[in-house]
Amino acid sequence: MPPVLTVSDLNVRFALHQAEVTAVSDLSFSLEPGETLAVVGESGSGKSQAFLSLMGLVAKNATVSGRAMLGDVDLLALGHSDLNRYRGKDIAMIFQDPMTSLNPSLRVKAQLAEVLVRHQGYTPEQAIRAAIEMLERVGIPEPVKRANAYPHELSGGMRQRVMIAMALLCKPKVLIADEPTTALDVTVQAQMLDLFKNLTTELGTALVLITHDLGVVAGIADRMMVMYGGRCVEKGPTDALFYDPRHPYTLGLLHSTPHVAKRARRLDPIQGLPPSLEHLPQGCAFHPRCAFRLERCFAERPPLLPVEEAHEKACWYQGELNYEEVA
Amino acid sequence: MIAFILRRLAVAIPTLLVLIVISFILMKVAPGNPFAGEKSVPQAVLDNIFARYGLDKPAWQQLVEYVYNVVFRFDFGPSFQYRDRTVNDIIAQGFPVTFTYGAWAFLAASLIGIALGVVAAVKQNSWLDYLAVGFTIGAQVVPNFVMAPILVLVFTLWLGWLPGGGWNGGHWSNVVLPVIALATSYLANIARITRSSMLEVLNSNYIRTARAKGLPSHQVIIKHALRPALLPVISYLGPVFVGMVTGSVVIDLYFSTGGIGQAFVNSALNRDYSTILGITILLGALTITANLVVDILYAWIDPKIKL
Repeated sequence: MPPVLTVSDLNVRFALHQAEVTAVSDLSFSLEPGETLAVVGESGSGKSQAFLSLMGLVAKNATVSGRAMLGDVDLLALGHSDLNRYRGKDIAMIFQDPMTSLNPSLRVKAQLAEVLVRHQGYTPEQAIRAAIEMLERVGIPEPVKRANAYPHELSGGMRQRVMIAMALLCKPKVLIADEPTTALDVTVQAQMLDLFKNLTTELGTALVLITHDLGVVAGIADRMMVMYGGRCVEKGPTDALFYDPRHPYTLGLLHSTPHVAKRARRLDPIQGLPPSLEHLPQGCAFHPRCAFRLERCFAERPPLLPVEEAHEKACWYQGELNYEEVA
Repeated sequence: MIAFILRRLAVAIPTLLVLIVISFILMKVAPGNPFAGEKSVPQAVLDNIFARYGLDKPAWQQLVEYVYNVVFRFDFGPSFQYRDRTVNDIIAQGFPVTFTYGAWAFLAASLIGIALGVVAAVKQNSWLDYLAVGFTIGAQVVPNFVMAPILVLVFTLWLGWLPGGGWNGGHWSNVVLPVIALATSYLANIARITRSSMLEVLNSNYIRTARAKGLPSHQVIIKHALRPALLPVISYLGPVFVGMVTGSVVIDLYFSTGGIGQAFVNSALNRDYSTILGITILLGALTITANLVVDILYAWIDPKIKL
């Protein structure tokens, strides 16, 4: 099957007063129908901006270049009114903060129904009926009552379920979830991930899960893309990255996650701070924090090259990655 | 909702009573009286006049009688200034005039102001935005006593399109200039408040959600952004409405409209006790009503507010 979304050479730059900042550099990836891709990185790694740019939701001072083929449509080449025909229908997005992502002055049903009226040409009555069905499907008890509620009358988990329902109403080909569980209680997080997995499988939707929580990734992602300083530094099957990471940054991430680093007696955070995009280090952006750095890393940026079947990394170091050396 | 309105009306009655008592005391405390003219009048004559208007009675009795007449007979008493007119006459004559041009000015200021603010916010940092911001600053710094003569100069003396004064029974040509003169600075304020509030809402997460749904921009703005953005505007509009429909002495003077604003100021200058009180009560009642409407609109806009 052809990929449902193919992004090539995506660049997102922001014009600031003094300088221009590149938030995303030369990002390329493709998404198979129905698969789950986790995009992992620290704050400021460009993971959110990359996907906001696909949705046409980046700030006004941004310039986006590259191609993002959704089927045979290049999302990045569309004007706003043309883009509006696809976003919300074929490609949908869920945001981090369910508390503020719903309009406080409109009833839940109105916010859901308008999607179907807009994209599927439903009448308002049909749309509300379908919206209530979808609420039931995302596990909201008493969906009729909740549909008539205002967002502030629902809990955070409930609101995120509403957001999920809203995004899935048109059975999109791609669903982008930007840290969908960050603002929720841990117990609710697990439920939410199950829901994502089940619904996207049922509807055949490809899921992009943007997160900094590797615990989230482990459970549901088929493939994983690690970003650092606006670039992809390693990508491949989730298992490969978890059990055989090839980039020192991926290794560091794994060891700073409490769930994964079972053998470590205490948490080992990656030393140093994520780089400021305004002053990205020369060469490999990770070299100031890297335990495996070589002379070459200071001057030359490593390209993203395959290391195995479907597993790529951008790192000059070719030897064994031994965790003891990092610690 | 209905319970809320009834409760608010019940509170309005004591509020108005307090308003009457305080205004009454303030008038009595201030030195002078309605008949302290330049010419000295024989004491016997003054005594007669005082007796005719009931000013010879003790102050508390005057107050009680006044309140009784207002509440049970809806009679605001005779004017002290014009021998043949009652306060009811003065209000009945002047209030429709000010209400007419005030209400038009209010409509124009709020509709145009909101539209201007929304456009400026949506097109932030474009020439449209700069034009709107420039206009609002310009309009705000020109007081209406400067605006009024300029309007008369341009539209009456130079262009000869509109009469420079008079009321003429509220003919539209007489209404236009007072409306513009009164509305301009309010309009600018409304546009400014709308713009900044709209900008804040447009940057909010739920507007991003609305855009992500693929809704066309006009729907995002009108259905999703406008209502929450109007909250601060509505709270400003309440008092503005009262201020506008009770008129402005500047407008009444410049355009000789014969509105109540002029009557109010004259009554204060002439110590026309009953007229001052009458118009004060009218203002109070209007303010209470406007605040009630604002609160109801609030609850409509923001469902978190329960009435």
